[in-house]
Amino acid sequence: MKRKHSFLKSFSHELPLLLLALPGLVYLIINNYIPMLGIIIAFKKLDYAKGILKSDWVGLKNFEFLFSTPDAWIMTRNTLLYNLAFIIIGTIFAIVLAIMMNEIADRFFAKYFQGMYLLPNLISWVVVSYIVFAFLNADTGLIPKVILPALRAKDINFYTSPGYWPFILLIVFLWKNTGYTSVIYLSSIAGIDRTIYEAARIDGAGKLDQIRYITLPLLKPTIIILFLFSIGRMMYSDFGLFYQVTLNSGALFSTTQTIDTYVYRALMQFNNVNMASAAGVYQSIVGFILVLGANLLIKKINPENALF
Amino acid sequence: MERLLSKDEKRFKKASILFVGLFAVIVFSPFVLIAICSISSTESLISKGYSFFPKSLSLDAYLYMWAQGKVILRAYGVSLFVTIVGTATSLVITPMLAYPLSRKDFRLRGLFTFLVFFTLLFNGGVVPSYIMWTRVFSLKNTIWALILPTYLMNGFNVLLVKNYFERSIPRDLIEAAQIDGANEWTIFSKIMVPLSVPVLATIGLFTGLAYWNDWINGLYYISDPSLYGIQQLLIRILNNIAFLRSGAAASVVGNMVISLPGESIRMALAVIGILPILIVFPLLQKYFIKGIVIGAIKG
Repeated sequence: MKRKHSFLKSFSHELPLLLLALPGLVYLIINNYIPMLGIIIAFKKLDYAKGILKSDWVGLKNFEFLFSTPDAWIMTRNTLLYNLAFIIIGTIFAIVLAIMMNEIADRFFAKYFQGMYLLPNLISWVVVSYIVFAFLNADTGLIPKVILPALRAKDINFYTSPGYWPFILLIVFLWKNTGYTSVIYLSSIAGIDRTIYEAARIDGAGKLDQIRYITLPLLKPTIIILFLFSIGRMMYSDFGLFYQVTLNSGALFSTTQTIDTYVYRALMQFNNVNMASAAGVYQSIVGFILVLGANLLIKKINPENALF
Repeated sequence: MERLLSKDEKRFKKASILFVGLFAVIVFSPFVLIAICSISSTESLISKGYSFFPKSLSLDAYLYMWAQGKVILRAYGVSLFVTIVGTATSLVITPMLAYPLSRKDFRLRGLFTFLVFFTLLFNGGVVPSYIMWTRVFSLKNTIWALILPTYLMNGFNVLLVKNYFERSIPRDLIEAAQIDGANEWTIFSKIMVPLSVPVLATIGLFTGLAYWNDWINGLYYISDPSLYGIQQLLIRILNNIAFLRSGAAASVVGNMVISLPGESIRMALAVIGILPILIVFPLLQKYFIKGIVIGAIKG
């Protein structure tokens, strides 16, 4: 009797909090958890007439089929190599920008410039694709119409020449993200104790020595943490960059197909749910392993930044 | 206090300002290009291409859009509706979930926090989501398809707000309110929310931007042109410029007849697509930068 009473009491204590949490939880269950159960689709031969649960199990057949196509290799290679290039070159650009930005003492200019560097990050990939189109399209684009003729170079149709796209996409990535990432490094630099620099100056360290022996070593934890976070995202690519900026051009697939664009095309354009879900599950599982691995490393280096 | 700089430091400072300024101009120049192209005349665009220095200027693109404004206005309306409803809902349910998770005496706290957190590590991917939203919820070609999938709430923001509640709002305040007989809803709405305006402004800004810039939900779920948002309209027009032309090939503005200025209107539309962000961003830059920093440090 007493037990029941205390249960009721604690229930009346918990209930209001539970009710507050409810809408958000319901959304997470629908938006995140039900699709997680949906990974079983990758192990079935999906037949809408039978429904997902009653469709026939096919074991790993979908994966066997996926990995027997050249697509599997191309999209994996592209996803990993682009991410690697983005992480390394993106980090260098962001740090250089942050160090130089930190030199600007004038608040007004610092804010103004920072706004300009952040602007590309605020616009949609659709608008980015318009801008890239303005530069590259064969009929009116700035580069084929104005710059190449001025250099007396031969005509290039960018949207059908896959060889140029690793560079184009890298430039677009840097343009869109460098300002954003540099904000993180800038806040790290701003947190460095000024007296360390003063001490170094007294010892005769020049500006470049100060950067090399103070700024960069003290940025190392931030660099490593951001690097490991990016490793956790290695299997994912920005769908907008690889799908919309390339204008979904089939001629470019060899250098622009990533796992995300493959999943979209298999699902929506080729109506091949089995391949799309196999590729999606491949991405989710390898991605999950990478996140766990990266977190393990972060925990070893700097437990405070570990996710769990 | 002005400290004395060595020659080498002064040189580095000057070089930095020069470099940062020069690069800012380069980063900004594509925006200038599309703005110039949007007011270049058709003949200039055909003969010279998209150039920073057009032969002649013309406002035809904007006049044409004005005359054919219905399609664009409608898309603007859809985007605005989706952004406002989505962001507002998100700003209600995110702190509502974060508050119980921040309460140490809430028994389900551990379980719920794990449920929120696990969504950051693992996801089922696009295919099951697509099948669920279209087959179970029949979202295809409804306005809800632009609001519900993906963006309404994310685990990351919930944890961000939870941390803010735990660190920035003293426990005593909650206890005092409880002694005064305030119920949980009152504590949440009268104490927690008003004291967390900075973090809520930050997540609201990011959510709003995500909705305004989203085109992927449209790509997956919307084929009915009357439900196009501004981003989806832009995609459609990039692929097929004639989409803007509803019926007649030319449009009458006052007593002028303007035919579709194909090349400049694309860029004019891009300008129209960015405009709201350009207007709002300077006011919110502070929150945006704060958001980047807190997002990165406790990821």
